[in-house]
Parts: sequence; C-alpha cells; structure tokens
Amino acid sequence: MPGKLRLLVGKVGLDGHDRGAKIIARALRDSGIEVIYTGLHQTPEMIVSTAIQEDVDGIAVSSLSGAHNYLFPRLIELLKERNADGIRVFGGGIIPQEDIAGLKAAGVLEIFTPGTSMEQVVKWVKDNVRPRSE
Amino acid sequence: MTEDRDRKDLAATPARRSASRAEWESETLGGAPERDREFSTVSSLPIERLYTPDDLGPGWRPEEKLGYPGEYPFTRGIHPTMYRGRPWTMRQFAGFGTARQTNQRFRYLLEHGQNGLSVAFDLPTLMGRDSDDGMARGEVGREGVAVDSLADMEALFDGIPLDTVSTSMTINAPAAVIFCMYLAVAEKQGVPFDALSGTLQNDILKEYIAQKEWIYPPRPSMKIITDLMAFCARNVPRWNTISISGYHIREAGSTAVQELAFTLADGIGYVEAAIQAGLDVDEIAPRLSFFFNSHNDFFEEIAKMRAARRMWARVLRERFGAKNPRSWMLRFHTQTAGCSLTAQQPYNNVVRVTIQGLAGVLGGTQSLHTNSLDETLALPSEEAVTIALRTQQIIAEESGVTNTVDPLAGSYFVEALTDRMEREAQEYVDRIDRMGGIIAAVERGFPQKEIADASYHYQRQLDSGTKTVVGVNKYTMQESTRPELLRIGSEVEAEQLRNLSRVRERRDEQRLRNDLERLRAGAERGDNLIPLLLQCVRDYGTVQEISGALVPVFGTYREVSVL
Repeated sequence: MPGKLRLLVGKVGLDGHDRGAKIIARALRDSGIEVIYTGLHQTPEMIVSTAIQEDVDGIAVSSLSGAHNYLFPRLIELLKERNADGIRVFGGGIIPQEDIAGLKAAGVLEIFTPGTSMEQVVKWVKDNVRPRSE
Repeated sequence: MTEDRDRKDLAATPARRSASRAEWESETLGGAPERDREFSTVSSLPIERLYTPDDLGPGWRPEEKLGYPGEYPFTRGIHPTMYRGRPWTMRQFAGFGTARQTNQRFRYLLEHGQNGLSVAFDLPTLMGRDSDDGMARGEVGREGVAVDSLADMEALFDGIPLDTVSTSMTINAPAAVIFCMYLAVAEKQGVPFDALSGTLQNDILKEYIAQKEWIYPPRPSMKIITDLMAFCARNVPRWNTISISGYHIREAGSTAVQELAFTLADGIGYVEAAIQAGLDVDEIAPRLSFFFNSHNDFFEEIAKMRAARRMWARVLRERFGAKNPRSWMLRFHTQTAGCSLTAQQPYNNVVRVTIQGLAGVLGGTQSLHTNSLDETLALPSEEAVTIALRTQQIIAEESGVTNTVDPLAGSYFVEALTDRMEREAQEYVDRIDRMGGIIAAVERGFPQKEIADASYHYQRQLDSGTKTVVGVNKYTMQESTRPELLRIGSEVEAEQLRNLSRVRERRDEQRLRNDLERLRAGAERGDNLIPLLLQCVRDYGTVQEISGALVPVFGTYREVSVL
C-alpha cells in the first residue's frame, strides 16, 4: 500500500519571512501530505538531520533574503554526504530567474517564485515527489 | 454613447428625486445588476453600495469624531497646516553591500531631493550577528548594509554631518547597539547628542508577531527598550525611540484592522512597560512614533490611518492620563506595501505604488517611503528608486492634494469606514487586554495565529480568482524584457570579512573585554545599559560580541511555530 507522502518544510538561514512557507506547509497538509514544519533559523545541517530523523520524502525550503545560492546547494551537498540524496529538494522565495538554472544544476528539483498558487505547488509535489518507500 | 444607453443597470426612474434611501433602492435602483454579489476591501471588509449621512450613525458629531487639525483627537491630522506647512519627509529606505557602497546611495538620494535617511541593514546585522558568523554565510550585504562595528557606521555616514539629516534606522533586536554606534559617530563628528534627530525602529514586540528578528525573550528585550527611552528622554531629546510598526504585521498577511489593532496593542505595551520602569508617560510618549503599511485598497488605508490617530489620542489621554498634548499625537511613517507588488510585469508596480503613496498622503503621514518597481526581484536599482522618489515629488508638487488639510473629511464613506476600522480594531485591543496584554497574547500565539489565518484566507482568494492581482491571476502575458537589476556580488562578503579582521586587529582587546564584562555585570544588576553599550561600541566591539555578552543574562528566544 503506498505510504503517505512526508515532507519537511523549513526556513533555512537567518531569514524570518515565513508567510509563504507557512501557507505552503498548510496547503500541503490540507492536501493529505504529512508535513513537518521546522520553523525558522535552521542551518542546512539542522534541516538535513531533521529530514533524516523524520524519514521524509522531500524537503521544501524557503529563502527570501538572497542567500539561496549558498544555502540550497549546501543542503544538497549534506544530503549526499549522509547518503540521503533520495530525499528530493525543492524551494521557493525571492529567487531571480537567472539563479534558477544554477540551483537546478546543483540538484534542486524545482524553484517556485512569487505569484505561484498553492494549487500549482501541491500538484507539482504530487506529480514529482514519490514516497521513498514505493 | 450607445454603450451607456444599453447598460442594464441604468436607473429605472432617473427623473425621480427620491426623498429617502429606501425610496431610491426600491424605485431607482430597482433590480439593477451588479458585477458581484458582495464587494469587499483587499482585507475582506464588506463595503456597501452607497454611503449616506445615515451611515454615520445618530451620534456622529464632527466636534467629537474629528476635531480640528492639530487638536484632540487629531483625526484630521496632527498639525494645523499639515502639508501646507511642510510636505511629508521623503525618506527612502536604502542599504546594501558594504557601508561604503550604501554611503554612495545615501549621497545620491540626498542630492536628488530626499529629505531624510533611512537605513536598511543586512540580515546578519538585524539578527545581532557578525559577518563572519556561521549563519551569516551567503547573507552578508544582501538584504541591506553590513554593519559589524563602529568602523562601518563611520563609513556609512562619511561626509554626512549628523546634525544636518534626520536618520531612521530599521533595526530591532540589536537596536540599542546600533543606536550607540550612531551616537559614537556623532561624538567623532563633534555633534552633540541633543542635535541628533531621527528614529530607531526598536519595536521588538512586532518581531515576535511578524518580522521574526530577535535575540532575547520578550521581557529582557523590553528592559533594553525602556533603558533607551529613559536615556533619550534625558540626552537625545529629538530622537524617536521606537517606531511602533504595523507595516510588517501587514506584510506577514494580516488584514488592515489587525494591522491597526496589533500596532496599537504594541504601543499600549510599550507605554505600560515604561510606566512600570518608573518613567513618566509624558516624558516618553512624545517620542514614540508609528509606522504603517499602505496597501492597495485606497480608502481602507486612509480610514485606517485616521482611525489610528483618533484611537491613540484617546488611549494616551484617557487610559494613561497623559497631560502633554504631544503625548496624544500619533506621528507616523508610511511605506507602500511590498507584499502587493509583483515579479510579473514589474512596471505595473509603479502604478500600484502611486496609488498607495497617495493613500498615505491622504491619510496624513509624516514621512513616506515608496517602493521601487523591482521590489520582488532585488534591492532597488538606482533607476527604480529614482522613479519611486519622483512618484512622491509628483504627488507633492503636481496633484494638488497638498493644498488643503485632510481633504477627504466629511465623506460619508470615509467617515463611516474610519469609524468601522476603529470599532473593529478596538474589539481586538479589548480582547488582548483580557488576555493580560500584548506580551501574554504573543506568548500564547494569538496575533501570530490571526495573521496566519488571514494570510491563508487571502491566498485562497487569489488562487480562486476571488481577488485579482493584475498580471498574476488576470491579464497575464509572456514577458520578454526585464529591468536591469541590482546584483550583490559575493565579493561584498569577502570585503566585509577583511574589514572586520582589520577592526579586530587594531582595537585594544583587553579594554574591550573589560567593557563587555561591565556590560554583563550591569545587566545582572538591572542598570541602564545604554552608557555601558556605548562604551563597548567606542572600543570597537562588534554587534555580535556586544549582543552576545548579554545572552548569559537574558537568554535567547525560540519560537513555537503556529501554522
């Protein structure tokens, strides 16, 4: 029987703008996904530890402070180091178009920019993030 | 025109002159169709088809509800002449990269007609961290200017005598440290403290509620704030010690009523804390200031600002018994709503900002920041911020709205809406009082939950198309060109780390160590911390070293998230 999808939603770095992350967490939860919301001020190390501990299928990470080019790839690097790169990573926030290709090349599956609807994110997750137990 | 004659909502009996609203509704309005079943503001506040004198209610009297400008309850404005005397201060928030780079942007803005400075600090500085802290990696200079020590502050105001400008500094958790750096720069420039004018945001309560930049828990944070109030009352008399903010609460997704209510509740919290700390309300209240958002719904924003003035005046005079009329006056800064701007078709943002800026002016703001068109893409480019500044100048010089005071007074709609905003905000303020005050309310997550619910509700409205954002869920198009954006290179971080090393090499380490120990001991004893902070700053202590010295005494804050 297919397991319920488990996702970690978190704010990485010092950025405290959590309006979007909380809305996405709630939308995903309301769509039947199990959501672990880590809250603010998570280091990449903390996110990866929690993700592994909670045995999640994916990580949704948010940054609006401009530090995504360092933080998101760092997250992926740590997942690889800990043999957990089956956990898919996607993100959102204030991320210039020009940076998206680089983030995807680093292993981020998708980036959601301002104006994205909740429905778009939920649909994308259901189409692209499978429970790892399958 | 043919189209007008064919409209299905043409008056059924246009020759009639109805003697009452009821007659108008049954005879002239008839069954004329409307675009929707319900009409509401962007905050979902229901709006009626028509407002008449009846909507003011039987007890509505202008002497009581409005007063004259410059007189209690200040609904029409805090100055008798308002913009006929002097336009609002044009104060564009600015800051990026290193202090040297931001200094250049400050000088540019001053040359182009800006009247006051407003400093944006980077995220590590906002959180009380140094540029070389582990969590600062990737963040240095990106959201604002990196300030680690007095050396950066000196570079920031190079060539800008502090007695010639008023400066607003958007900083909260380490606000007292940054304020002391400003004072130390004044000392070096030979400017006496009583010649300094400006504002420190220093509003920690809204951090727990909305902006989420903190170090210590609420109660020790309030102690630092009351210390600063006392210090300024005696030594820096022209300084606004707090900018009690609704802006961030609104940006986090609150409604306009919630923005008004939670801001006033925070203000009440600060006055209560000051009184508990032994300060006299009239000593500190004249130097409290406010900061509101100006969002898209034109009339809702104007009504909110007018209601704010009336409510605060009553709170200070009746609840706190303030005797000095200056204590009753709500002075505020306005910023147009960042959260309303779009990445799609960014030039549309110039239009949004114009409407929002105009609302702030018709709401009677004392100073205004207009956002740049590239707000959702990056920090403002020089071209974008110039358009934003010109927007204010055109409103001030060409629109005519500054020719008279509070032009919208007496509008049935505006007065009814002002009263309604007051009524609904008061319900929240009363509720928070029953919880034991704003700190208690924050500790149980009340405002945070209200905001989360409001923001989720609005997002659902956008997703379903109930509320429109032009270019995002309606009138979308393929875009080929994009404005030229400001990029902060990674060399900024490298340069700042070098600056920081240099500062640490040059200073007297032992002297600083003693200063930090005196600071810690003073905190244990409950002394006023400002003079102790100032000494640490003079000896080139960093933001993190100084803020960190208080952690063993005050502890740190950890949020319990509310979705």
